[in-house]
Amino acid sequence: MHGRPRKTAKAEDLVASAAKAEKLRQLQSQLLRNHNDRIYNKEALEICSKLLEVNPEVYTAWNYRKLAVQSNLESCGDHEVVQSIVNQELKIAEIALRRNPKCYGAWQHRKWILNLGSDKADFDQEFRLLDQLLKADSRNFHGWNHRRFVVALKNVKEEEELNFTTEKINTNFSNYSAWHNRSVILSHLMKQNAPGFDPREKVLTEELEFIHQALFTDPDDQSGWFYHLWLLDQIIARDSPFLISSWPAHGTELILSSNTSVKDFQHFESTEYAQDIRALPIVLYFNQAVKGVNSTTVTVESIFTENVDLIWKPLSASNSVEAHCWVTYLNISERDCNSLEPYSIKVSFGNTQGLVSSDGCPLSYACQCEFSLKISPHSPGSCSKESNVNMVHWDNENFSRSEFLQIRPFLMSYQRQKIIANSELLISEWCSETLSREIMLFRKLISEINCKIAKLTLGRLLIARNFILSRGIQLTKNRTHFEETLQLYDDLIRLDPSHIGYYKDQRSLVLMDQVTSDEESLRKHCWLPKELSLTSAGQSVCLRLNKLSLTRIGFVERLLWVNVLDLSHNELQSVEGLEAMQLLSHLNLSHNKLSSMTALEPLRPMISLQALDISYNEIGAHSIDTKRYQCASSPLSHPAGTCGDVQGFEDFDPEEVKLYWDAILIFKHLHLTQLDVVGNPILNEPFSSLMIRLVPSLQWLDGRPAQQS
Amino acid sequence: MAEATAGEHPVIDPSSFDLVVSGTGLVESLVAAAASASGKSVLHLDSNPYYGVHYSSLSPQSLSSFLQQNAPAAADDDDGPRQPAPKSSVGVAVDLQPRRLYSHVEIAGEVPEPSRGFLLDLSGPRVLYCADPMVDVMLRSGASHHIEFKSVDGSMIYWDGKLQMVPDSREAIFKDKSLSLTEKTQMTRFLKLVREHITSEGGEGEEASKISGPYLEMPFVKFLEKQRLPPKIKLIVLYAIAMADYDQDNPESCNKLMDTKEGLESLSLYSSSIGRFPNAVGALIYPIYGQGELPQAFCRLAAVKGALYVLRMPASSLLFDKEDKAYKGVRLATGQDINCHRILMDSSSVVPPPFPSPDPLESTIEASHASKVARLVCITRSSLHPQLSNILIILPPRSLFPAQETSIRALQLGSGLAVCPPDFFVVYCSTKCDDAIRGKEHLLAAMNALFELPGGKNEQDEHSGDLYINESTSKSKPVLLWSASYVQELTEGCSLSSSPMPDGNLDYGSLLKSTEKLFHSLYPHEEFFTAGRPSEEEGDDITEG
Repeated sequence: MHGRPRKTAKAEDLVASAAKAEKLRQLQSQLLRNHNDRIYNKEALEICSKLLEVNPEVYTAWNYRKLAVQSNLESCGDHEVVQSIVNQELKIAEIALRRNPKCYGAWQHRKWILNLGSDKADFDQEFRLLDQLLKADSRNFHGWNHRRFVVALKNVKEEEELNFTTEKINTNFSNYSAWHNRSVILSHLMKQNAPGFDPREKVLTEELEFIHQALFTDPDDQSGWFYHLWLLDQIIARDSPFLISSWPAHGTELILSSNTSVKDFQHFESTEYAQDIRALPIVLYFNQAVKGVNSTTVTVESIFTENVDLIWKPLSASNSVEAHCWVTYLNISERDCNSLEPYSIKVSFGNTQGLVSSDGCPLSYACQCEFSLKISPHSPGSCSKESNVNMVHWDNENFSRSEFLQIRPFLMSYQRQKIIANSELLISEWCSETLSREIMLFRKLISEINCKIAKLTLGRLLIARNFILSRGIQLTKNRTHFEETLQLYDDLIRLDPSHIGYYKDQRSLVLMDQVTSDEESLRKHCWLPKELSLTSAGQSVCLRLNKLSLTRIGFVERLLWVNVLDLSHNELQSVEGLEAMQLLSHLNLSHNKLSSMTALEPLRPMISLQALDISYNEIGAHSIDTKRYQCASSPLSHPAGTCGDVQGFEDFDPEEVKLYWDAILIFKHLHLTQLDVVGNPILNEPFSSLMIRLVPSLQWLDGRPAQQS
Repeated sequence: MAEATAGEHPVIDPSSFDLVVSGTGLVESLVAAAASASGKSVLHLDSNPYYGVHYSSLSPQSLSSFLQQNAPAAADDDDGPRQPAPKSSVGVAVDLQPRRLYSHVEIAGEVPEPSRGFLLDLSGPRVLYCADPMVDVMLRSGASHHIEFKSVDGSMIYWDGKLQMVPDSREAIFKDKSLSLTEKTQMTRFLKLVREHITSEGGEGEEASKISGPYLEMPFVKFLEKQRLPPKIKLIVLYAIAMADYDQDNPESCNKLMDTKEGLESLSLYSSSIGRFPNAVGALIYPIYGQGELPQAFCRLAAVKGALYVLRMPASSLLFDKEDKAYKGVRLATGQDINCHRILMDSSSVVPPPFPSPDPLESTIEASHASKVARLVCITRSSLHPQLSNILIILPPRSLFPAQETSIRALQLGSGLAVCPPDFFVVYCSTKCDDAIRGKEHLLAAMNALFELPGGKNEQDEHSGDLYINESTSKSKPVLLWSASYVQELTEGCSLSSSPMPDGNLDYGSLLKSTEKLFHSLYPHEEFFTAGRPSEEEGDDITEG
């Protein structure tokens, strides 16, 4: 069963197994002959039984038996004969299982027979056998599976099965199968609001109490922790989605201009579609992936574009139908706006059905964002394509700290919305109290014992509590323990180096949470660019999250307002999440660990991006992106490789497509003026020339003026 | 016992043996069986009509009369100089004097009917650990064929006026409702530490997890404190698992402190006992029909190997050989003289030191701290635990009254072990003591705490009615129907020709050790039950399901 060392066979064993093989060969060939000739008489079945007794793993034999049973049942309707066939088959399966309790074929056969003759089978006997089996090996998952099957067939009350798991756990709580079955039964009972399982909170509290006994008795045993994780998931279950952030935020006043000195307002540098049409992105960020965002579920009232004409796009690296973040572009034509008065724009949703979470839960409340847009006269030249753009330098000396910096208006862009119909309080008091109680308990535990999984759980709990609290309106309140959480992950990185990647990712998310948690901490990372090229473009603040050892990006919903972002000198392997930052015009990703062009996939929808620095990464070192979080990347399975995109390759040399298909897919959508690729294995003369042809707007490539050849 | 006369008993033939053993107590039976197994001719005598002497299981009536017979009479203090008896054909005959080993015998109450259904251990409470060396000897020798065991269902500890289950294994700790979560972690962490130490001692685990020299010499209680164990866990480990006898927190009894080495050995025995046999639920087992089965099993074993058994046959004197300067024979009560090379007498009779040059009396067991054991046998009609019937109960020092110096152990057995009729329970208590009166005081306090005395004689009644922790239904204490209390002398070590009395321990470990030494001093070149017979399979069915 478990933990038995493998022994090498002795000489006499070898002789015995050779004899067995000979016998098997004989039986097997006889069986195949009978199978072929469709002989289902008693003698033939006897040969089959003998074979299965010696080797229960012959699938053909099981299959043959099924055919034989079917044929024999058809030919007779006699009650007793049917009964004897059912009994006979159950017996054969039992013999096989006694020989090998993990024989798939035998379990399958038994199930098939029971299904066939459910009115004939002796279920008490079935439970007796299962009890024997689970006593011999309480973790035989076949046994547990079969038990679930028999229970369903016989309609045994789920409460009884729950008691059975309790019994098994009391005998030995290191039993994954029992804990698993418990979670399956309980979730069903809670969903049905079965009597005794009704306030869900009560059940979950009791279960926590129960699992604590196992966790504290033997913290190094993993089975209990899995159940605990499941319980936590039930506790912080996110049923209904809601909006956590938007751009523009509710109540803001935007100035659409290229050059202004007024700092109390949100500035917006538009991207030009045509000479006189500019696009205003509207970004909605939900607490979980949602689907069904379209012009019927979301209404945008403005004078610029008819609501029905708006197309909402999911912003997600996997480009599926659901995403946390959705965007639409409002086309602002100069012709429409002659007034200097602000235009009011209203975004409302939740009044109609259709916007739901990935498992079909509707929005928790209806919501409305209202903001105004002022359009300053279009100053010719500054937004003209022909105009020359200065090169951007990311060096330290080009930035200065400013204590007087006002970032409040930007910060306001998240967590502000007008809740129209608040159906219920978002934070369940029970939930946050339970999490706090758990946190206290596990702090105590790790003070007693140095246990990896306890530390991991405490880290998760702290993160989960922050997450729960951040759902509410009071953002900065009670959201501490960042240092404690970071310390936990630092410990884990040291204690458990084999899972370093996961711990670093978690640590990065905590760090991002901390940095973006409030105005004060965010201010520390906000710098003023000295260089004219940046300020003249209207960007006043650069968010510098460099040298933080980040491996992942998170909490982007709090950064939707950012124009200039410096993520250099981190350990980023993926930039997933950045796609939501629709206002980003300057991005520094240099000195990271991006290993392929496909890792830059999230940049594709960033229509405002002008300057991109990906120098000193590992792009080209690996042919495909192995660091993606969801699906594998290849020309065939890559989400970008849809038909429409493939057509775009026609303009390129087939050899180039073969080498740089991923770069082509990403860069042909971007309107970059500056690109830095130096320090990547991919960089060579053909690549540079491709880039220049691929991005016509490019003016600076690796610090040199890009010349169209 | 009725004096056997020559007329009732035929003459024993042959009249010469390698070894004559008098008394069928456990130690003597073990030696007899081991000697027969090594091919010696053995004559095994007992003055009683039953096997076991001080180790026997008797009916209440026989128990009372045995105790009273072996208790000192008013004028029995005459320890006058012994005179050599008349010369025999072999040598000088030295008369044996009976030794009074029991005192302060008190019998109270009426034995409930059917009184013949009770089998009461004289040397209770006593159990075997599944990993006990005694169990190994039984498996090795084949004595296990003559005896069957059942599990003790669990252990309880008395603290704060309540009985609670002892969390002695991972599963028990998991299920326990009286320990806090942190205490559970501390308890398993400690047990794990011990387990790692044991495996590293066995040469398997990592050397780093071994608890090293200086730690082993420190008092166990200090070691436990170093492991940051809270008082409650310390108490459980010291008294309910390591079975310490004396108050380990009392500096005055520092010579009675258990050292870490000793403590770890006890824990190791305990933990390796759990799960040794598939049918045993805990660490402890008890023989069906009582402890008296053990000496009988070895006597049977000896008889199979050719030993000759004569019950109701006291030896009246020993025959001293002047040339060999040793006892070389026994004169039976029938007057027959038996020649032999070796003699082993049980402690019921005083073996006078052979003169003119006495054998050096080799003390083979470590000097015992106490000189006496106070014992109590009780009969009740209800169990101390609402569900379990066979339980060990520990009343650690100071749990009953502040001046309680020693741990009192009690063992309750039900009819499943065939020691009493259905719906009855037998409870044994014992504690070591130097002073008989103090020992009896301790037992009385335990009796008061555990039972409802007939006629409401309990001294403090505030706890009666809520003896259990974790039980929703408050159940009253069992009523004491019958009890026998007595104080038993411990013989100081054992000599070449005299075996020790039952000690005050819970198990047979130290008795077995002295028996082995005794055997080796009798037969330095023989093996104490030849090892090597595969016995693991037999081990599987040592306990009944």
